[in-house]
Amino acid sequence: MQNIEASSPSVWARFKGSHFWHSFKKDKVAILSFVIFLTYILASLLAPLIAPFDPYDMTQFDIMDSEIPPSWQESGDERFVFGTDSQGRDMWSTILYGTRISLTIGICAVLLQAFLGIIIGLAAGYFGGRIDSFLMRLADIQLSFSTLMVAIIVLAVFQAAFGAELYQDLALFMLVLVIGIAEWPQYARTIRASVLAERKKEYVDAARVMGLKSNRIMFRHILPNTLSPILVISTVQIANAIISEASLSFLGLGMPPSQPSLGSLISSGFEFIFSGSWWITIIPGIALIALVLVMNLLGDWLRDVLNPKLYKG
Amino acid sequence: MLAFLIRRLVQAFVVMFVISLISFSIQDNLGDPLRELVGQSVSEAERQALRDELGLNDPFLTQYWRFAKNAVQGDLGTSYFFKEPALDVILKKLPATLELVFGATLIIVFLSVPLGVYAAIKPNTLLAKAVMGFSIVGISIPVFLTAIMLVYVFAIELGWAPSYGRGELVHVMGYWESGFFTADGLAHLILPSIALSSIMLPLFIRLIRAEMMEVLQSEYVKFAWAKGISPKRIYFLHALKNTMLPVITVGGVQIGTMVAYTILTETVFQWPGMGFLFLEAVNRVDTPLIVAYLIVVGAIFVVTNTIVDLIYGLVNPTVKLTGKQSH
Repeated sequence: MQNIEASSPSVWARFKGSHFWHSFKKDKVAILSFVIFLTYILASLLAPLIAPFDPYDMTQFDIMDSEIPPSWQESGDERFVFGTDSQGRDMWSTILYGTRISLTIGICAVLLQAFLGIIIGLAAGYFGGRIDSFLMRLADIQLSFSTLMVAIIVLAVFQAAFGAELYQDLALFMLVLVIGIAEWPQYARTIRASVLAERKKEYVDAARVMGLKSNRIMFRHILPNTLSPILVISTVQIANAIISEASLSFLGLGMPPSQPSLGSLISSGFEFIFSGSWWITIIPGIALIALVLVMNLLGDWLRDVLNPKLYKG
Repeated sequence: MLAFLIRRLVQAFVVMFVISLISFSIQDNLGDPLRELVGQSVSEAERQALRDELGLNDPFLTQYWRFAKNAVQGDLGTSYFFKEPALDVILKKLPATLELVFGATLIIVFLSVPLGVYAAIKPNTLLAKAVMGFSIVGISIPVFLTAIMLVYVFAIELGWAPSYGRGELVHVMGYWESGFFTADGLAHLILPSIALSSIMLPLFIRLIRAEMMEVLQSEYVKFAWAKGISPKRIYFLHALKNTMLPVITVGGVQIGTMVAYTILTETVFQWPGMGFLFLEAVNRVDTPLIVAYLIVVGAIFVVTNTIVDLIYGLVNPTVKLTGKQSH
């Protein structure tokens, strides 16, 4: 215990002296993106505290308040900063909760991708031979089908099979599962490439000579050395997962309007855009774009700084 | 080369087989064909007799075999809603989707190559930075949102372009209804094509730029400079050739992805294509139509990927054609 306590400040000191921290301090875009990203995280964690209304509580909104424009417009209402949607829900609260759902799905789906991809990639890279060829062929085939296409078809079939009612309750779970499973090859290929590079190094030989088991070598010795590519692809993968989720919800295959993510909010607002109620669609749209944009910017920055050998082609 | 070809074809065949298996299990489990056929009023005994007659009580493999045999002959069942062969319904909508994809591809090809090359050759100019900035914003906007914003700005606020449908069509080659030959049809095509290209265009610009920059660092390009070859020749002949190799591979995969994005674009623009049809079929639980769509789209994916792999094998002499793992 004491050992850990003694080393913890030095970890912080080491971090402050690192190349990573220095390039972060110098890059204004990275700092801004990180601050915005942090704001999104905080806002979604604290949504129940910040939001003036509870969008899931039917008693808190009134159909009489529907389609009120944002407060800076002439017919706006001070209670509703960003206006209200067609059911009279406060847009600001709904967006906060929606961001929370979008981020949750994005992060959980990517955790599932990473979990599957890391295990498969490690196994393929470490054992090589037939296992490797088979797994990578599988990854090739899976990647040759677009994630979105696979997700649309799987969810569409489930929705048709379960019926829309039951599907609504399972939507969150299904979205995580489908986006999570469809994208494992991204991780598997990246991990495999770095495992192949790491495997030839002496420390792996040393560990093997010491008689350590394959599992231990894979997870405790090789895996930590493949973390930087994992970090790089994770940011971009979360951004992509959020886009996929939004697209699926837009098609009515994702979160139901009663529990909207950013995508389903945009979707439910779309029919009102023709009658001039632009804010129901455009404001959550901007929230979604900003979130994905800062994640992509962070991903780009991480790629430049850590410069890992990513799988190409 | 022959071994490579055969290997690729075998893989394509296996994938198609798996797709057909999945499609069949969907058909087997989703909805009840009997109810669609006779309604609710028939007695249980009659139902059973009919089930036997239709072969719905046969073992799974027998039923699959029958399904596969019919599928190969182009018979994918009859759509519950349209009361027409499902494949015909899908193929009738195919031209609309293909024209959309074609329009988007034109935009992507004619913009991404010059912009990507320019951003690689002169990375520090204002224009190059603007292009790269635009591209990162571009990949961060989901296709349906680009589509919605285009509709809002150009159709609703400005009224420059129509917001839905295909407009006036003309018959070409008897069966194909095209919007490419009328002014109205083209006007309807513009916004959906831009929307569909909006996520691929930045992707290709970034890819072409990255590959081009790498190629420009290579020995043979340096040698070409030393030899005194004109910059134009170096950039557009020597460097661009090798840049396009990975672009072909990614391009092949993206054609498939584009089919997925057509579903989104078609939904926003009410474009009467395959994707729009598919979503309607899902809402109506029109199983034969869902299955037919699955097989048609699966075939598009498999065929494009196989062709792209083969082209890549032909163009790039470093791919090991012996059939060994190529990476």
